[in-house]
Amino acid sequence: MAEHNMQETDKALPEPGRLSKYLADFFASPAAAIGFITLLVICCLALFAPWISPQNPYDLMQLDIMDGRLAPGSESMTGFVYHLGTDSQGRDILSGILYGLRTSLLVGVLSAFAAAIIGTTAGLFAAYMGRRTEIVIMRLVDLQLSFPTILMALMMLAVLGKGVLNVVIALIIAEWATYARTVRATALVEREKEYIEAARMLRLPGWRILFRHLLPNCLAPVIVIATMQVARAIGLEATLSFLGLGASVTEPSLGMLISTGYQYLLTGLYWISFFPGIALLVTIVAINLVGDRLRDVLNPRNAS
Amino acid sequence: MVTSIIRRLIQAVFVVVAMTVIVFIGVNVIGNPVDILINPDANQAERARVIAHYGLDQPLWRQYLLFLQGLLHGDFGDSFVYGRPAMGLILERLPATLELAISALTIALVFGLPLGLYAGLYPNRVSSKLIMSGSILGFSLPTFWVGLMLIMVFSVELGWLPTNGRGPTLELFGAQWSFLTGEGIRHLLLPAFNLALFKTSLILRLTRAGVQEVLPQDYVKFARAKGLRERRVIAVHVLKNLMIPVVTIIGLEFGSLIAFSVVTESIFAWPGMGKLIIDSINLLDRPVIVAYLMMMVLLFVVLNFIIDVCYTILDPRVRLDSKA
Repeated sequence: MAEHNMQETDKALPEPGRLSKYLADFFASPAAAIGFITLLVICCLALFAPWISPQNPYDLMQLDIMDGRLAPGSESMTGFVYHLGTDSQGRDILSGILYGLRTSLLVGVLSAFAAAIIGTTAGLFAAYMGRRTEIVIMRLVDLQLSFPTILMALMMLAVLGKGVLNVVIALIIAEWATYARTVRATALVEREKEYIEAARMLRLPGWRILFRHLLPNCLAPVIVIATMQVARAIGLEATLSFLGLGASVTEPSLGMLISTGYQYLLTGLYWISFFPGIALLVTIVAINLVGDRLRDVLNPRNAS
Repeated sequence: MVTSIIRRLIQAVFVVVAMTVIVFIGVNVIGNPVDILINPDANQAERARVIAHYGLDQPLWRQYLLFLQGLLHGDFGDSFVYGRPAMGLILERLPATLELAISALTIALVFGLPLGLYAGLYPNRVSSKLIMSGSILGFSLPTFWVGLMLIMVFSVELGWLPTNGRGPTLELFGAQWSFLTGEGIRHLLLPAFNLALFKTSLILRLTRAGVQEVLPQDYVKFARAKGLRERRVIAVHVLKNLMIPVVTIIGLEFGSLIAFSVVTESIFAWPGMGKLIIDSINLLDRPVIVAYLMMMVLLFVVLNFIIDVCYTILDPRVRLDSKA
């Protein structure tokens, strides 16, 4: 913690030297490196899905119901090969997965990011303002955290109705409190340090101290939580879609694909549920591996 | 201590009241049950009759007061779908959910505690590293997908266990239970394991972290220096100090098990509260949704209250008053 001295007053972001040290630290773990590369590949696949996927799974015109429930590797009448099989509507599972990944990642990143912004701001304000602001915000946080995420999400969906956008809103409302609590705890420690005192002495405006000095020094835990939260959000979105509360049947996300495969699973047609599940699992594990390593690397206790 | 408990109690009541407002307004402002209940071909008189029957023509605040009044009597109105009291519907499904949650918690403890203890005591063994990697998988695997895979392997491929329902039940204390019959236990196994997976990983990691925190303590060193057998050191000195965080987590996680049973119940068609709420959200069956949510709010407030009180009794360092 000795690195937080006076010279940091106006340059709180880590300088290039420290960044490369963090990078070297991060990639020292083979598991994290594998996770990172996997994640990169998954992101590229999702990003370029419209160009690389063999079929547009959302375009009902391209689907041939006669090709429904084909086993992996089978060929359609037109000579099109379904490498991972098709679902009940003749949708190519591989294409479905690539497009599904887009939804999953978008929902995960969007909700984690929005929750991080709201939660971090709330936590910073609570710590910096103190008094009544702090009590109100932290009571709200306590209230929120005393209920499990899935219950909060169900509650929101019961109110808002079904749909992917509503799932994102539900996830944001269910997750912001975690950030607020962590950021407040970190900010309470940082607030007492000399560089904040110095900034106050310079009569810098409050918002400047808050966002230019306090915020950058509270960011490390936020990054770690946000990473993990993306994985959790992806899992939760899939779960809610599986329960029929998220994506629509015509534009299936991974959870929805798995859900439609459920009834066929009992008759031994495993692939509709199996492959999207594997995609989901690989994505979540990769993010968790990266997050786990980030926590070790960014932990100030391990810095020395 | 009595004053602090009373203060907590008042806070708890306040939370419940706040949640009634949030839940009621949320459910009533958005989503219009009239459209679902009434046949589109119905004439005006028919519409008005149904609306009046469910009290949907009253102003919102009066609906809330009526709702609050009913709530105190445990009356949430009749389910739009079943035409029976919503609370009754939920209460009759409560034993199934409780049974599933308790079984899952037991499984999580039976596997999580010993494995965590082992991984904590011998952190450098290959088997410990395997256990820890396995627990990461347990965290990452989506519960609903694991459930499907369990069905695929144990029901479809191997044909060992049934895929859905509770099986035959026996009555005990006025409720029906599956675990009292052999066939019922066979039905219970897959859902319970499915629900337990995440919590097993959690308890495992918590136990391991606890062991590694306790082992270097002076009292453990002293117990060893006294020449106590290793078995006794672990069973008495390590395990006892480990139990405080584990017991806390069990209290907290029991509630979350009940909430998460929504997923498992949907997969295994387990006739509990969770399956009911999902069906009700899909059908916009407001009284059941509200009754379920209020029931869960009450459950969590009571659980948190009990944990808080236990804290003060167990650990004299924690005083409720000292908390902001």
